[in-house]
Amino acid sequence: MKVNTMAEMMAAGEMPEVLFWVGCAGSFDQRAQKITKAFAAILDKVGMKFAILGKEEACTGDPARRAGNEFLFQMMAYQNIQVLNGYGIKKIVTTCPHCFNTLKNEYPELGGNYEVIHHTTLLQQLINEGRIKMKESGDFKGKKISYHDSCYLGRANDIYEAPRKVLEALDAELIEMKRCKSNGLCCGAGGAQMFKEDEPGNIRINMDRADEALQTGAAFIAAACPFCNTMMSDGVKNREKENEVAVLDIAEMIALSMQ
Amino acid sequence: MHYVPQIIFLILAALSIYFFSKKAGEIKRNIFLGKEEDLSDNPTQRWRNLFLLAFGQKKMFKNPLVAMMHFVLYAGFLIINIEVLEIVLDGILGTHRLFLKPLGQLYSWLINGFEFLAVLVLLFCIVFLVRRNILKLKRFMSKDLNGWPRSDANYILITEIVLMSLFLLMNATDQVKQDKGFVEADHTEIHFFFSSLLKPLLMGLNHGTLDAIERTAWWLHITGIFAFLNYLPYSKHLHIVLAFPNAYYARLDAPGKMKNMPAVQNEVLYAMQPELAPTDAAPPASFGAKDIFDLSWKNLLDAYSCTECGRCTAACPANSTGKLLSPRKIMMDTRDRMEEVGKNINANLSFVADGKSLLHNYISVEELRACTTCNACVEACPVSISPLDIITELRRSLIMEESNAPQEWNSTFSNIENNFAPWKFSPDERDAWATQS
Repeated sequence: MKVNTMAEMMAAGEMPEVLFWVGCAGSFDQRAQKITKAFAAILDKVGMKFAILGKEEACTGDPARRAGNEFLFQMMAYQNIQVLNGYGIKKIVTTCPHCFNTLKNEYPELGGNYEVIHHTTLLQQLINEGRIKMKESGDFKGKKISYHDSCYLGRANDIYEAPRKVLEALDAELIEMKRCKSNGLCCGAGGAQMFKEDEPGNIRINMDRADEALQTGAAFIAAACPFCNTMMSDGVKNREKENEVAVLDIAEMIALSMQ
Repeated sequence: MHYVPQIIFLILAALSIYFFSKKAGEIKRNIFLGKEEDLSDNPTQRWRNLFLLAFGQKKMFKNPLVAMMHFVLYAGFLIINIEVLEIVLDGILGTHRLFLKPLGQLYSWLINGFEFLAVLVLLFCIVFLVRRNILKLKRFMSKDLNGWPRSDANYILITEIVLMSLFLLMNATDQVKQDKGFVEADHTEIHFFFSSLLKPLLMGLNHGTLDAIERTAWWLHITGIFAFLNYLPYSKHLHIVLAFPNAYYARLDAPGKMKNMPAVQNEVLYAMQPELAPTDAAPPASFGAKDIFDLSWKNLLDAYSCTECGRCTAACPANSTGKLLSPRKIMMDTRDRMEEVGKNINANLSFVADGKSLLHNYISVEELRACTTCNACVEACPVSISPLDIITELRRSLIMEESNAPQEWNSTFSNIENNFAPWKFSPDERDAWATQS
């Protein structure tokens, strides 16, 4: 599979159907890179013409803004909007709910207006349109899956159904955690917590959430955010359950199950 | 002599309205100590929020049983207060049960309805007292409520129980007087189901005692209502009024969107494109919020609307894992600081610096650092409060005014600035994944 950058596309005089915003985790984190590749493979397989910004992509500024560093956020936003507008980007898909939230909700008033969708929403559309077809007996058929809501997808942007609809297409058994959807418990990574030690407390948030997920007895914990994925994986590993319970992104599950 | 009770009543009413208006004016003044924020767009959606969230108490219904009891308490209390109209008119005119004659049979039906609600209100107040003091629900046991706030909640419930009891006692006494023939010749019969159950307690009493009990109950009831009115602005119970404007002015953006800072946006723009910079551009006075004056008026309205129920704190992942942060405390601190500033203004005509601020003196760095910005507190609040908005504004002040960040965050910032990612990777490696197998 050849992943084109916008620069390459423009040089060839082409425009992609959608820009895939990979995000920092998806670009650099070894675990998240697998999600990126899985999603890119799906786009490639369904024949959707996409491009990435490649080296021209930069952090959206989400962690800086939430930590309180508005200057740094505005610098990143300015830079990204210049690049995106320079290429005339209309539609963006991203596998990171934090990037999604910033691009969708915070860039417009800074001059960056795009149609921004999260990859779970795009996957749902592709399934509905029949462009993604599932294997007869996929890896997840009849298996128990528990979906962990990402705060920046759920409460922040009211997307609860798309990831669940995609998981339903796997013919699996969906089990909800005690706190789910609008009551979902955070994984502990948001608000730039990912990049610092926890404040003093009794237990780490990701341990609390991983315990709740493990209590469901699900064999798979589905995530839709690379940061949630890291936090949940760490929690499961800490409880020494990594051989019984896998934490997977919804894109990875679809990539494994589609024809 | 005949007019003495009426005069006493009028003086009482005037004083209670005067003191209430004065305090209400101070609260309004305090709220507008905050920064301007235009929240007048999309009135249709705002009226919808007011109707669903405040009037319909939509978010309360996440727990249907509690929501039902709370709704009855609120609706009951409001509807029963229609009866206060008669009480006030009786007080002014020196009459007794002014509406009885004109309404006839309808009067008994109405009062029967009010009594039914009064009994429900009374019962549910007892249930709520039990939840707070005997069942000891976690969110009511938190140290946030130590001292006055915990008593405040109990006082309100007890006051409601007393007011409802007086209403029923008053009605029971009038019926006993009627049974015993201590009524005027043209008396219209009254029959109230619930208060008639209290009749056996009063049957043995003579005319004078019954009159005294009825009058005492009447006076205590109306004095209680006046007292309640004046207690309201000092209490968490103010939410029965402010929940409505707070729902109307609730932010309509996606909850994930943080408020933009145009001053910083322009600074960055002028740094990148100096040709756009006006020659006389004054740098902004300060960034983020250090004190209540730097918050928006909506943040301050939020603080006065908070009834300290603690649903936000119960939902907060930081709090439930033992961190110092409690979104409820953020709101209570903001209100406490506003009250302190208000007293300062009352004493000095305008605010005289007191060397204190909301940040540090009320809300600590450790609390602010624990927030994951997950929006659980915002989602949980039944009266459309955003503790998160205050937290992020204070964080902005910490970082941009005080350069107060943990070392890891400083590294994150420098990585973002230099490598365009929060980690120390080379930007040249950003698309390396695309060529790896």
